[in-house]
Amino acid sequence: MLGRLSWAAIPLDQPLPLYAMGVVGIVILIVLGIVTVKGWWPYLWREWITSVDHKRIGVMYVILGLVMLLRGYSDAIMMRSQQAIAIGDAQGYLPPDHYDQIFSAHGTIMIFFVAMPLVIGLMNFVVPLQLGVHDVAFPTLNSVSFWLTATGALLVNVSLVIGSFSRATWWGYPPLSELTFSPDEGVDYYLWPLQISGIGTLLTGVNFVTTILKLRAPGMIYFRMPVFCWTALAANMLIVAAFPVLTATFAMLLLDRYLGMHFFTNDAGGNQMMYANLFWAWGHPEVYILVLPAFGVFSEVAATFSGKGLFSYRSMVLATLGICILAFMVWLHHFFTMGAGADVNAVFGIMSSIIAVPTGAKIFNWLFTLFRGRIVFTTPILFLIGFMITFVLGGLTGVLLAVPPVDFVLHNSAFLVAHFHHVIIGGVVFGALAGINYWFPKAFGFTLDERWGKASFWCWLIGFYLAFMPLYVLGLMGMTRRMQHIPDPSWRPLLLVAELGAIVVFLGILCQIAQLYVSIRTREQRRDLTGDPWNGRTLEWSTSSPPPAYNFAVLPRVETIDAFWEVKRKGLTPVEEVYETIEMPRNSPIGFVIAFFATFTGFALIWHIWWIVILGLLAAAVTVLVFGWSENRQHEISANEMAQLERARLGLGRPA
Amino acid sequence: MHDWRYATPDASLGPAPGVGQGFRHLGLLRWLVGCAALAVASCAQQGVLDPQGPIASAQLLLLLNSTAIMLVVVIPVILATLGFAWWYRASNAQASRSADEGYEGRTEFVLWSIPTLIVILLGGVIWISSHKLDPRAPIPANVNPLRVEVVALDWKWLFIYPDQGIATVNQLVIPTATPVSFRLTSATVMNSFFVPQLGSQIYTMGGMTTHLNLLADAPGEYPGFSAMFSGDGFAEMRFIAKAVPAGDFDSWVGQVRGSGSGLDLPAYAELARPSIAVPPKTYRSVEPKLFDRIIEQTLSGPRGPTSAAWCPPAQQTGG
Repeated sequence: MLGRLSWAAIPLDQPLPLYAMGVVGIVILIVLGIVTVKGWWPYLWREWITSVDHKRIGVMYVILGLVMLLRGYSDAIMMRSQQAIAIGDAQGYLPPDHYDQIFSAHGTIMIFFVAMPLVIGLMNFVVPLQLGVHDVAFPTLNSVSFWLTATGALLVNVSLVIGSFSRATWWGYPPLSELTFSPDEGVDYYLWPLQISGIGTLLTGVNFVTTILKLRAPGMIYFRMPVFCWTALAANMLIVAAFPVLTATFAMLLLDRYLGMHFFTNDAGGNQMMYANLFWAWGHPEVYILVLPAFGVFSEVAATFSGKGLFSYRSMVLATLGICILAFMVWLHHFFTMGAGADVNAVFGIMSSIIAVPTGAKIFNWLFTLFRGRIVFTTPILFLIGFMITFVLGGLTGVLLAVPPVDFVLHNSAFLVAHFHHVIIGGVVFGALAGINYWFPKAFGFTLDERWGKASFWCWLIGFYLAFMPLYVLGLMGMTRRMQHIPDPSWRPLLLVAELGAIVVFLGILCQIAQLYVSIRTREQRRDLTGDPWNGRTLEWSTSSPPPAYNFAVLPRVETIDAFWEVKRKGLTPVEEVYETIEMPRNSPIGFVIAFFATFTGFALIWHIWWIVILGLLAAAVTVLVFGWSENRQHEISANEMAQLERARLGLGRPA
Repeated sequence: MHDWRYATPDASLGPAPGVGQGFRHLGLLRWLVGCAALAVASCAQQGVLDPQGPIASAQLLLLLNSTAIMLVVVIPVILATLGFAWWYRASNAQASRSADEGYEGRTEFVLWSIPTLIVILLGGVIWISSHKLDPRAPIPANVNPLRVEVVALDWKWLFIYPDQGIATVNQLVIPTATPVSFRLTSATVMNSFFVPQLGSQIYTMGGMTTHLNLLADAPGEYPGFSAMFSGDGFAEMRFIAKAVPAGDFDSWVGQVRGSGSGLDLPAYAELARPSIAVPPKTYRSVEPKLFDRIIEQTLSGPRGPTSAAWCPPAQQTGG
């Protein structure tokens, strides 16, 4: 009846997960209780859960990413603590079984459910506004994407309570992830949530490529698009090209595990090297899916807070597209040590280092954007400067690892761990945090507190260096990654420094929470009534904060790069607008409903409860069909209504 | 026109509180460099930093050279970032500003050329070093290489000396100044054989053979381990690579041959069972062609014809 699910799946004998469970459970109950008592459910359902507004969906993505950051961080601090304690004779507080789950979950969650939602959330919120359009190409699909991603995140976290998560690392390399070596549900808890959220991500990719290629304000030719839109285009093209590879790879591993096939097994003709190739054929482009939009954020931040145009726009575009293509030509550098010949290794090493050329050009462009600018030290620009310094160092160690013989001694070491945290924290996380600070006033109509924002920046920066510089040294001293127990007591001081760094990063996270709390409490004093708190250059700053559901009553006409700057420079005053009837999508529960069924289906697949799988899939299919045949998906805003709406909005918002 | 927004009286939006942050960057950098230097100095030279053979030495040199090549650009970029950010802060009345110059062709050309030249240089370094330090390439020497066959097991290392007819577990004894030619495989999941002080690591994979050539210059005990996560016992999957003078090596072989038990198929089946933190062990003799039989067994799998003696580390419980 319940497949492999039994009471044994609840870890009643392990106090640690039980405590964690209890705390999380209480927090969830409190939140639900407050929402119920205050009667917020109808509002949440109407305005958020069923919303197909790209701005709302973007905000929900970012919230998902930040909440999951707390989970991923808890894993990180547990690992750091274990490694700081379990040295020499001490065994620490985490047995291998538990420790292996934690690092597997840390990687999986940080990449798929922190970095991805943060980046996709920013793209969701910003791209249609910057393009000067009403919404994305497929608004309802966008909602489906988000809720499928949320389903994946939920299922990964269910493994805390019911059963256990994968112990086979976030790569899930076979044969370790095969049934022979990982017979329990752990690997399935890794594969199915990523399959489900992967569908969501692929749909996002399709949605945004279509939006950017087909929906732009009149006059916005490609070479007038803001750089963030270019990076979003590149990232989404990478999603469309790379995510199907991951889905297919996981599908093959699932066939091995569920139907006894032999794609990647040791025996019967399986080929484990093929998994490594396919995984990184997705995995390396994934790095650029994450970091290109972060580059886009920094380009906007650099230009805005230097008060001058981005240096060499066309270099930036060229570099972005160059990275987009090169991203697919370097995957083998993840396994130089697999025994490919010298020619193969050398070619992939050279290709990998070539990526440093467009990336270097970008760094120089930001540098020259600062040059002779009028730099206003806000939180986002601090993150930009922190990023530039951190990223060139992370790039340096990256190019080192691209030299195959150097990689032979540093592969899988703590040095490598330090390197990719260097570029992912320094690049993606700093980018996302800069973007959140930069666009928050646009989303909510008030600015974030600068003092707490800066405090969080300094904690993140200092914490990062304290946490990861020791790992570079440890890697050189011969410490490999994923060690549940440290053999060499002389590594203790450096591991303690790394632990301290992780704590300082936590202070950074606390500062962010304080920043949100303080800003919300003092929101009346920090209202952004102009819609343009930073003296921005691109179209999102030309509408009110927060923008109306339709973004722009009349689509702006674009004549240059930095369209809004040009309007301000020429001193054009808003003329009496001539409103036209527009069509906006209606809210739809389809995303939530599909995700609801997907959650049960995913859970049932993990536990082999086939009748729920069949029911869940049928229900999801019926939902799609019902939506497909419904006729009432759009509503019109007539010219008259629009005039009224705008009068009300402008009367309230923008002072004349 | 530039500062039209900041002329408003709303203090919470203005630039004032943040100006001057640039100063602290320099302090931070100095502090970080100091910490890094302390950290490096405080730890004993070990691992990759303490090479004990030609391969490891060449790799450390390559590491330092490549770092130096890149620092030529990286250091000026970092200094320029800090310098520009500080000098062009909004409150600096002395700084000259320019409004909007988005593009300047010659500068652009120079900016692309700098990383390009670096990468061309590094590309040459990569091509040459990849060929020179190919793990498969034999190391030139006057003596014949010692052949060692390496098998990764759950969770220990089996070393077979086919020419000496002996085997060891979690203990690799090699003569100094003699190239060692490794053939490697795994009887279980993927692992990576790595002795940092001797140089290159290489994956060991079930049903497949990889090749590696290393050489130890000086006698000593060098830690080795698996550098690819392989399950519960991974952290303890360590061994000592002990380099001894050639004469001592021969006497060690004689000693091993004269003591303990042999590694026949039943003994191997017993050894292949998962176990953690296995103390070093030697076998006086070894089943002929054991290495190839292990590859065969792994290929044919737990249900295969030769698998009677082979026990998978975990029971299949498919459902």
